[in-house]
Amino acid sequence: MGSLSTHRILLIGLAAVALASFLPLWASGYILGLLTLAYYFGVFAMAWDLLFGFAGEVNFGPTFLIGTGAYTAGILDNLYQPPIWLCLVAGALAAVAGGLVLALPALRVRGPYFGLTTLVAVLMLQNFIVVDAGLTGGEIGLTVPDVISISDTTNYLIALWFMAISGAILFALSRSPVGLILQASGQDAVQAGALGFNVTKHKLTAFIISAFFSGLAGALLIFYLGSASVGTLVDITVGVQIIIAAVIGGRRTILGAVLGAVFLIAMSEALRPLGDLSNFVVFAIALVVVLLFPSGFFGLLTRAREPS
Amino acid sequence: MSDSGGPLLSVSGLTKRFGGLVAVKDMALQVAAGEILGLIGPNGSGKSTVMKLIMGIERPDKGSVRINGTEVAGWPSHRIARMGAGIVFQHSRPLHRQTVLENIKLALLPDKLTRLLADPATDERARAIAARVGLTNVLDRRPGTLPFADLRKIEIAKAIARDPQVLLIDEPFAGLTSAETAGFSELICELRDDGRAVLLVDHNVKSVSRLVDRVLAMYVGERIAEGTADEVMRNETVRRVYLGGSIETAARPESSFRDSTVPFLEVENLNVQYGKAQALQSVSIHIHAGEFVSVVGLNGAGKTTLFNAISGFLRYSGDIRREGSSLRGQTAAKIARDGIVQCPESRELFTDMTVRENLDLGGHHLTPAENGEQMRWLFDLFPILRDRQRQTAGTLSGGEQQMLTIARALMMKPKLLILDEPTLGLAPVILEQLSKALERLRQTTPITVLLGEQNVTFALPHSDRVYMLEHARIVWEGEPAKFAADAGTGYL
Repeated sequence: MGSLSTHRILLIGLAAVALASFLPLWASGYILGLLTLAYYFGVFAMAWDLLFGFAGEVNFGPTFLIGTGAYTAGILDNLYQPPIWLCLVAGALAAVAGGLVLALPALRVRGPYFGLTTLVAVLMLQNFIVVDAGLTGGEIGLTVPDVISISDTTNYLIALWFMAISGAILFALSRSPVGLILQASGQDAVQAGALGFNVTKHKLTAFIISAFFSGLAGALLIFYLGSASVGTLVDITVGVQIIIAAVIGGRRTILGAVLGAVFLIAMSEALRPLGDLSNFVVFAIALVVVLLFPSGFFGLLTRAREPS
Repeated sequence: MSDSGGPLLSVSGLTKRFGGLVAVKDMALQVAAGEILGLIGPNGSGKSTVMKLIMGIERPDKGSVRINGTEVAGWPSHRIARMGAGIVFQHSRPLHRQTVLENIKLALLPDKLTRLLADPATDERARAIAARVGLTNVLDRRPGTLPFADLRKIEIAKAIARDPQVLLIDEPFAGLTSAETAGFSELICELRDDGRAVLLVDHNVKSVSRLVDRVLAMYVGERIAEGTADEVMRNETVRRVYLGGSIETAARPESSFRDSTVPFLEVENLNVQYGKAQALQSVSIHIHAGEFVSVVGLNGAGKTTLFNAISGFLRYSGDIRREGSSLRGQTAAKIARDGIVQCPESRELFTDMTVRENLDLGGHHLTPAENGEQMRWLFDLFPILRDRQRQTAGTLSGGEQQMLTIARALMMKPKLLILDEPTLGLAPVILEQLSKALERLRQTTPITVLLGEQNVTFALPHSDRVYMLEHARIVWEGEPAKFAADAGTGYL
């Protein structure tokens, strides 16, 4: 299967995660903080790739799912201070519910209209947050009274292992029989239907899984940052960055999305001396990668190993 | 096989409308276990729609589809598939990142979300199916590296993976060589001998005659004949649809055209390749200024490809010369501006604009005075368009849309007008109006016309000369009066 077997890729991934676990021994708190952020972004991008790369649906609103999860968890914590794990579960479930409400009507429309529907959902969520400022903190942002930990190392390890477990689940799913049916549904829904597969059911499931991981990652992120705002979690720009991360990492690879997310965050950090220009350069590099290497970093890596 | 002992597939009263067009009207057909029925009809006759209605890819407006006695009309296709129907699509779109074996395994998977690990038995079954269709040697290859015939085999393997009782096959032999066709025929016969009901959909009787037990012929959405292949070939209505009745021809001899030494357009040794399929093979034709030349051939023969090559839309080898100088390297826009104008099969009208606006777009390079004059002339040629000026093009009937397409092309004052299947999907009464307009065009103007048609009845009366295209090659050239005698039998 593929150019590298599923098992080998999982083993290589596990080795990489194990190595990364030792990073706190020498890396500064600042670097750890950046990587923590990058790992959560990696989960966002992987969840997005399951929808686009496999189910074939372009979701322009990954931040709708993330924002729903993060804000639900944050508001719950603000209002009632339940245990954090309960907030996390609530956030993930809210994202799934939001995803269902969005996907049920959106999957009925074809082609670009699905994407448009998801885009509108982000705008609606954004508006809701701004208007209902009493509950959400509005444009200033939402501060939560609790955080999971104040230790950089603990936060880093939580993010790393959360990403590793999410990645393993999503990757295994993508290479399972269900993943195969999902790919067939994404590429040719008519043929998949004629082979006896209920295309809507499979796409809806992909959406729910994507929503679950996005929402959970969003909720975890808010308890790491201690606050949430439209600009950091919900804005369309954030969604575009997630999409770019998934695409330059390698479409239809799941794990490539993590490489893309780390790359994006590392680049914007390395280019910080350029000031306002840094984002421009990062996007320009992303554009070049998309145009020249449409299969992304992961595609390049695995192809290099493929015996010709 | 069937519980009731009746036919495995039974269709009656099946009707489907697309907007104003009745694509399928009151169709009835039955296929028994161990029988092959050939469903034939010219392009646009509705045969593919019938297949899609049976499979649930399109929803019927009316009528009944029974599979092994169960009424399935209106069901979604995945449920119809589970009732025991399978379809082999004409175009293969396998998963390209997966191997051949995995593509076949896909078709064997249950429609369950809980199946996260493949059943080991699946592998064995997939290998057995691959062996049956002859894919054993390429099991671990990716589809992208395989020849066209193997891609078709993957489609068949997927379709038979769930052991369907009713098997629908769309144009089984399109794009295959004769050796490959023989292998496929054998496979289809084996599938019949398993006791399945097989429905073959194709353009003409000839291509499926050796295989089928019975043939049903369709034309403009309706059944026109049914019987053995020989009976259907002898049927008067079928002959009229494919060959026309007695045809009055008015051909002018080739020597009467002034440019008989260097023709207006010369196509020499043209080859076009679509991926792995050869769409045109050493095609050479020529057209004199003022001549009306028809290229007849069934759907898939290569007519549209030939026209698209002339219009500069495709890469080709060989040469296309206009008045002696090569068109190679010229952009499609330049070729059209210089007067070689194509009316595509798909019409490509701006359906949200009015008739008048569509015509104005065609004549945008003319001066207002020229524009008005040309428009008046066209309204004389197609009087119906004068009445419809302010209507949007999308609300016109099929025939009116075709007239508008031709009129818009004529607004560009073309030197050579290329008409690609203007009769596609039109009712006979409309054909007559269109035919009259073409005849007036030929009588009253010096225009040169290249017509592509599968409807020979329509093409022959206007033509000065006829080429017949079959499987990417020119197989006959001559006067229209000789067509029925020389080439007719090959066409049915």
